[in-house]
Amino acid sequence: MSTNNTPALEIKGLQAWYGESHILHGIDLTVNRGEVVTLLGRNGAGRTTTLRAIMGLTGARKGSIKVNGNETIGLPTHKIAHYGIGYCPEERAIFSSLSCEENLLLPPQLKGTDSGMSEAEIYDMFPNLKERRQSQGTRLSGGEQQMLAVARILRTGANLLLLDEISEGLAPVIVQALARMIRMLKEKGYTVVMVEQNFRFAAPLADRFYVMEHGSIVERFDASELQAKMPVLHELLGV
Amino acid sequence: MNLFEIPLPALLSQLLLGLVNGAFYAMLSLGLAVIFGLLNVINFAHGALFMLGAVLAWMGLEYLGLGYWTMLLLSPVAVAVIGILIEKIMLRWIYKLDHLYGLLLTLGITLVIEGLLRSAYGVSGLPYPTPESLSGATDVGFMMLPNYRAWVVAASLGICFATWYLIEKTRLGAYLRAGTENAKIVESFGINVPLMITLTYGFGVALAAFAGVLAAPVIQVSPLMGQNLIIVVFAVVVIGGMGSILGAVATGLGLGVIEGLAKVVYPEASSTVVFAIMVIVLLVRPAGLLGKEK
Repeated sequence: MSTNNTPALEIKGLQAWYGESHILHGIDLTVNRGEVVTLLGRNGAGRTTTLRAIMGLTGARKGSIKVNGNETIGLPTHKIAHYGIGYCPEERAIFSSLSCEENLLLPPQLKGTDSGMSEAEIYDMFPNLKERRQSQGTRLSGGEQQMLAVARILRTGANLLLLDEISEGLAPVIVQALARMIRMLKEKGYTVVMVEQNFRFAAPLADRFYVMEHGSIVERFDASELQAKMPVLHELLGV
Repeated sequence: MNLFEIPLPALLSQLLLGLVNGAFYAMLSLGLAVIFGLLNVINFAHGALFMLGAVLAWMGLEYLGLGYWTMLLLSPVAVAVIGILIEKIMLRWIYKLDHLYGLLLTLGITLVIEGLLRSAYGVSGLPYPTPESLSGATDVGFMMLPNYRAWVVAASLGICFATWYLIEKTRLGAYLRAGTENAKIVESFGINVPLMITLTYGFGVALAAFAGVLAAPVIQVSPLMGQNLIIVVFAVVVIGGMGSILGAVATGLGLGVIEGLAKVVYPEASSTVVFAIMVIVLLVRPAGLLGKEK
């Protein structure tokens, strides 16, 4: 079982397919507890697929994915979630037939955890959501929907958060609020894996970076090496 | 007292008859709506499972001496188990395919169930007595109200309300509604969606079986009793809006009443009025009265 030294996420030789198309070609990725790790890369590099493969939402998968020390590669999605992962998809997936509050309370508490944030703590962190509690999910603004999509996975006790493009399409002031949120989550001890297009948003937040291209990892480095790696990133990402 | 030259008692008794039929439409279309919502399967077998509910009630009485009230409980449970097996063994392989495959598969299941019972019992009706506690009629002033029919309407309204409450107001219902929109994300929250789908199918067909037992003393129990009803029920679901629970219930009851009225006003049209309404609704609001455009 897991100890404090076990990585929150340990991926070895992960391959994944959508139907016939082979998308991931052997990913190795380790995320330690309490770290914020960012997956960089161009569109179509396989970053979103990596997150989806961790959740068991792709087609066939091969290799090894250990979540808090537990092998999950052969498991169905709902069992993978029970090992303590909260997944915030790129499309946000706010349910239109549910109110804001119902959306927030939808994910059940994971068994054997009591570490999730309380409703009050979440409303402290996202006061907008408290005001809009009774609103229909899709009546919320883009920023509110994004906050709701993140907020609802904080209640469950999941400690490993997979956040896919949370800054996409949002006003700068909201992106800043999300950056504050990530720092706050890090302070609270959450482990975060982010997929980000917005390099300026991700760069100051992450402890470590992985760069993907064509379904493989082509670079990995620490935050301290970021300046030295800028020329490479410029070439790989155009940033 | 006459209204448009129609004697009031005749009008009221047809209205009641319409309401009773409407109660069956409501319960059946409710099950269809719930199943379509989560499974995306147009469950053509619904009529056959309604019939199976009634035949099981008859068999319970005939072979085991189990009375109406016992079978009102056991028959839906038995049909739910059959439904769960159907879902686990057959339906789950076709979710990713076009609606047409679900329709064809469940049509095939219908033919098998109806064929088996037809060869065992023939097509002439099997008599089922009204339970003693509900026989007779009550004088409500303007007409004699048969107790059993009043019970059918009340029971079906109760079931419809309970189902609506379960789906709209409870946590389990929130999972169902969310699963209808995006099953994968609900599963990523750690909810066992495949199990939820299986149980939903079981619940939907149990509703049909419950309606079947309710119908046994009113409509002749026969292997073909589901066929006659299911076509109208499909029209009800289309009018109410595929997958809309409130639409299914309100349209079911409403159309039953309209059908009853048609029998008094213009009897020749009574069997086509529902389909005429369906055509109009499809022209004006293709998603149905309470359905959402996808």
